[in-house]
Amino acid sequence: MVHVSATPVLALRGVSKRFGAVQALTDVELEVHAGEVVALVGDNGAGKSTLVKTIAGVHPVDEGVIEWEGRSVHINRPQDAQGLGIATVYQDLALCDNLDVVGNLYLGRELLRYGSLDEVTMEKRSRELLNTLSIRIPSVRIPIASLSGGQRQVVAIARALIGEPKVVILDEPTAALGVEQTAQVLDLVERLRERRLGVILISHNMADVTAVADTVHVLRLGKNNGAFPVKGTTNEQIIAAITGATDNAVTRRLARNAEATQ
Amino acid sequence: MSDKTTMHQPLDEVPPPAVAPLDPRLLVREEGFKGYLTEFKRKMKGGELGSLPVIVALIIIWTIFQLKDSLFLSSANMVNICYFMAGTGMLAVGLVFVLLLGEIDLSVASVSGLAAAVFASLSVTHGVNAWVAVVLTVLTGIAIGAVHGFFFAKIGVPAFVVTLAGFLGWTGLMQWLLRGTGSLTIQDKGLLHVLGQRSFFMNQSIAGAYILATLGVAALLIGSLIDQTRRRAAGVPYRPTSEILVRTIALAVVAYVAAYVLNKSAGVPNALVIFLATLVICDFVLRRTTFGRKVFAVGGSIEAARRAGINVAMIRIVVFAISGGFAAIGGLFLAGQTYTATLQAGTGNLLMLAIAAAVIGGTSLFGGRGNVWSALLGMLVIQSIQTGLDLLNMDQSIQYMITGAVLLAAVVVDSVSRRTQRSSGRA
Ligand SMILES: Nc1ncnc2c1ncn2[C@@H]1O[C@H](COP(=O)(O)OP(=O)(O)O)[C@@H](O)[C@H]1O
Ligand SMILES: [Mg+2]
Repeated sequence: MVHVSATPVLALRGVSKRFGAVQALTDVELEVHAGEVVALVGDNGAGKSTLVKTIAGVHPVDEGVIEWEGRSVHINRPQDAQGLGIATVYQDLALCDNLDVVGNLYLGRELLRYGSLDEVTMEKRSRELLNTLSIRIPSVRIPIASLSGGQRQVVAIARALIGEPKVVILDEPTAALGVEQTAQVLDLVERLRERRLGVILISHNMADVTAVADTVHVLRLGKNNGAFPVKGTTNEQIIAAITGATDNAVTRRLARNAEATQ
Repeated sequence: MSDKTTMHQPLDEVPPPAVAPLDPRLLVREEGFKGYLTEFKRKMKGGELGSLPVIVALIIIWTIFQLKDSLFLSSANMVNICYFMAGTGMLAVGLVFVLLLGEIDLSVASVSGLAAAVFASLSVTHGVNAWVAVVLTVLTGIAIGAVHGFFFAKIGVPAFVVTLAGFLGWTGLMQWLLRGTGSLTIQDKGLLHVLGQRSFFMNQSIAGAYILATLGVAALLIGSLIDQTRRRAAGVPYRPTSEILVRTIALAVVAYVAAYVLNKSAGVPNALVIFLATLVICDFVLRRTTFGRKVFAVGGSIEAARRAGINVAMIRIVVFAISGGFAAIGGLFLAGQTYTATLQAGTGNLLMLAIAAAVIGGTSLFGGRGNVWSALLGMLVIQSIQTGLDLLNMDQSIQYMITGAVLLAAVVVDSVSRRTQRSSGRA
């Protein structure tokens, strides 16, 4: 693991969330340090997206505490999260099809000049940002509707970086991407770590996770099901935690020992 | 917005190493006239019709009416069209805001009728100062719109139902205000004097129309050149000077011909001047302010807007308040045409005309696409038809049928162009 700060920049303590009859999250714990990539894995419906949305202020938590740089904070609206320095790229990208790339990148934090939109500076910075991230799109002035899925994904990630956040959350950023674009996104994640940002990366792809993550947190049926440092952990161990498969050599031995001691 | 995609790369831009500044797949317009033509064809195929259908419609309509009645294109009749389109046009401006959200406001005509009654009852019956009465009337419209917006945004009632209820309710309130007399005569003073049929810019002076035309053309030219300079300095694509000149000359031709024609009669009606000034301000608000950007964002994707921290409910309430305010202003314009507030104000096909104007002008019913200039273009079409049919002494029944058909045609064009844009990845 790379050097991480002592106090986590973001920490979740015993967070629970329910939707009507569905208990989506139960007593979830999570810590992210500056310069750390935390992978959040779990089966479909495990509650990963819900967890992301509680951090991002889309769904306020029902119970539990969110700590930011050691202080307990209330995140009730997306603005609260943004204000702290949490940027989120959602699984459903939620871009405005009718706005162009610049408009989407700066939506909600437009640059002003004499009180009116400073389109020139926004366009210039957009081009610079996309260039430093090696993002290739035909033009920053075409509507999002005319971009491919992969191009939308990188625009959405670039959008998250505009506000100079301290923590970036990526919900399945590579799910819809081809080989080359996946590699680009993973490079991007490493660049974020170099810039000492905390990154929460949600992914289904073990190869992606082991390639860039420092720590893997497993979520199962809305509960923590283990946290592993990537170094020294095998894919099988992680997958076992994801599927809840107890039928392996380790658990059998544990169970036998438990019986023997009784 | 889409036309910016065709702008040329600045020649002096140093491409960053290893990153090509332009994707080879991007369709960059060729230089010169041929470039415009290819660009034009590509846009048509992609369903980006822009203002083309409305300009074609206008030419057809003017040709037909001119053939039927040689007075149609006369200066006096053009002054007529320009004067009478301002009132309904104000309703259409408010509707553009609502349509950009992808919603509809069915109450604007009824609110405009109520506004006339409120103004008359304040200024005539209660002797309130004419200007104060104007302010109170517009505030009434804004408050009514905010109420509609509240029920839509906070309670979740579909906008068309809220405003349909408003349509009936506000008509009732107007009838109650005018109970007994049935109509009130408004005095020819204050703003209502300016809005009258005999009120012209700079007192009918020939210079007036040319001053306005020059202002418009100069504003476009100077604005474009400043923008070009800033963009060039920042190293982002800019419009080439040739294109700026073509655009400026196109506007100049239209503006000076219009000024010449209107000057042959009495000049530019003040109502039109106020309408045009309103369009300039609203265009600025929609395209150059954060509020305008938020309106487009909500019209494009509510979820994306919400996640970007935009207060969607507030934007909705404000937009409906704007619509109500413009409905009231439009009501004052319409009252100024006859100096009366009557039970008939805001009835008939006024609502349909205002909606048709916004949609014909190119603002989509589906939200997120459009601009306030569509209120001007659409009103030109609508008012030309109205005035033409009046010239030909057509019965109201015929007028209704034609208005209905025109609205349907506009909506069909909107729907078809949206479908084409979808399939070519532009919507
Ligand atoms: N807005 C919501 N309303 C009701 N139930 C929800 C909502 N969002 C998520 N859920 C439920 O919460 C559970 C976790 O979903 P989610 O967080 O999307 O899982 P994941 O992203 O891990 O696949 C699922 O059972 C899902 O049906
Ligand atoms: Mg998910």
